[in-house]
Amino acid sequence: MSVDIKTVERIAELAKLQFNNEAKEKIQADMNKMLDFVGKLNELDTEGVEPLIYMLDEPQRLRKDEVNGQVTQQEALKNAPDKDSDYIKVPKVIKQ
Amino acid sequence: MSSIYDKYEAVIGLEIHAQLQTKSKAFAADSTEFGVTPNTNVSPITLGHPGTLPRLNEKVVEYAVRLGSAVKANITYENQFARKNYFYADLPKGYQITQDKTPICTGGYITIFPHTDNEKKINITRIHIEEDAGKSMHDQDPFNTLIDLNRAGVPLVEIVSEPEIRSSEEAYAYIAEIRKLVRYIGICDGNMEEGSLRVDANISVMPKGSKTFGTRAEVKNMNSLRNVQRAIDFEIKRQIELIESGGTVEQETRSFDAVKGITFSLRSKEMAHDYRYFPEPDLQPVFVEQDYIAKVKNSLPPLPNELYTKFTQELGLSDYDASIIIEDKDIALFFNELIELTNNFKAAANWINGAVKSFLNENALHITDFPLQPKHIAQIITLIEENKISNSLANQKLFPTLIENPEKTAEELAQENNWLQESDDDALLQYVEEAIAKYPEKVEEYKNGKKGLIGLFMGEVMKLSKGKADPKLANKLVREKLEQ
Repeated sequence: MSVDIKTVERIAELAKLQFNNEAKEKIQADMNKMLDFVGKLNELDTEGVEPLIYMLDEPQRLRKDEVNGQVTQQEALKNAPDKDSDYIKVPKVIKQ
Repeated sequence: MSSIYDKYEAVIGLEIHAQLQTKSKAFAADSTEFGVTPNTNVSPITLGHPGTLPRLNEKVVEYAVRLGSAVKANITYENQFARKNYFYADLPKGYQITQDKTPICTGGYITIFPHTDNEKKINITRIHIEEDAGKSMHDQDPFNTLIDLNRAGVPLVEIVSEPEIRSSEEAYAYIAEIRKLVRYIGICDGNMEEGSLRVDANISVMPKGSKTFGTRAEVKNMNSLRNVQRAIDFEIKRQIELIESGGTVEQETRSFDAVKGITFSLRSKEMAHDYRYFPEPDLQPVFVEQDYIAKVKNSLPPLPNELYTKFTQELGLSDYDASIIIEDKDIALFFNELIELTNNFKAAANWINGAVKSFLNENALHITDFPLQPKHIAQIITLIEENKISNSLANQKLFPTLIENPEKTAEELAQENNWLQESDDDALLQYVEEAIAKYPEKVEEYKNGKKGLIGLFMGEVMKLSKGKADPKLANKLVREKLEQ
């Protein structure tokens, strides 16, 4: 399996990112290297082996329905690149 | 007259998101309270900070199992969670935690138009657990979209129906049944205007009798039952007209404009999403054991259809009476308590559907704010049954006075106010004689065949007795006297 420029562009679009042609080619090369690296695993015969999803055998311990651990509004907005007194501001995402 | 519209049949599947009424969020412990200051119900988990770990709220599992039990679904033993990836400003982590391959419920059904000739089962494909996104506000600032993350992480169940709905009326009935059910089992407030119950409709049309579905469009943003019906009707008409004029329906997402009453395209095809689902590595699987399911099932309150069957078959109420009592969960439970205290079920239904409901309507109250308890209504019914008070006096005087004095019993109040009926024959006979003596010429007319005049004498007796005469007995005595 190898990654073509179209795939790079599709993944960039899904991640809402934009690249020039030079960058796209570099990303294509990097992604192919990564795929080759994990492609090594294809050499193993995994016929009849259940996919491993969880590293632990434990079931999830559920949480009681109780409120705690909240942060203040000031703390919540602290890292936002743009904000007003109440909200995080982002560029308009729909056309009016 | 047949039109182009009669040549087609609509195929509709609904996806309903119901917000679960938990105190804290699905995977974090922040509050889910509605209507608080923006961006205050948040935590590092909700904000998607690195190094944080989600942990599922036990109530979310319980509520999903409640719903699954109520619609007779299969409950999944091993529940895995998945990441649904997309980038949007109100989704801080860049993915939504949901269930992909192992929805907590599969199968089950909702019965629409129950107990009528149009009764129909709509099968449910799946119900899964997921988290809500934050809220984007596009119209408060001319240059920016404003983000409030209070809703991010609020637990939802998504209920997906099979494409078995064939008209907007059926869609309306299906949603109304689901709304009634989630309110009965206390997992969601069912408020569509506030967005705690949200509906997306997949709509297509096909020539009548065809076995192949047409291409579907998904319609969103219908924030009331009425608007769902309007949007579906518009969309069916639009698709038929498009096909009839030689066009083809595109698979796309459309939004409903409630002011114009139309649907419009929201996303173009080339922007189609690819959510790249994969297992959520931060959440171990959740196992739902059989004894847990049994426990949840046993804790369910009586369901609307069970109550309907009980009210009609065991109590002998009419379809009409039973149907309106079960419409509201709390009224149904009030009535269900009331019938433990009286055997006069018909009178109980009449009091609930009559005096009690009109009092609630006039005062814009819900039954949970009603000052009286089932025992009060039972006391009134008993007084009437024992002929101690007339029906009209009970309705017009005793009921409103009891509402003012709920600490007293009906009998105490009736006694204090001297409303207890005189069934004492001697006292009554005196009123009857007085009434008859007052209109000698009318007595002659009565004897000559004008039997309707009995009303005049009865009125006089009631007036003389200040409304306390037992009407049945008075009627009998007046008749006897007149016919002597």
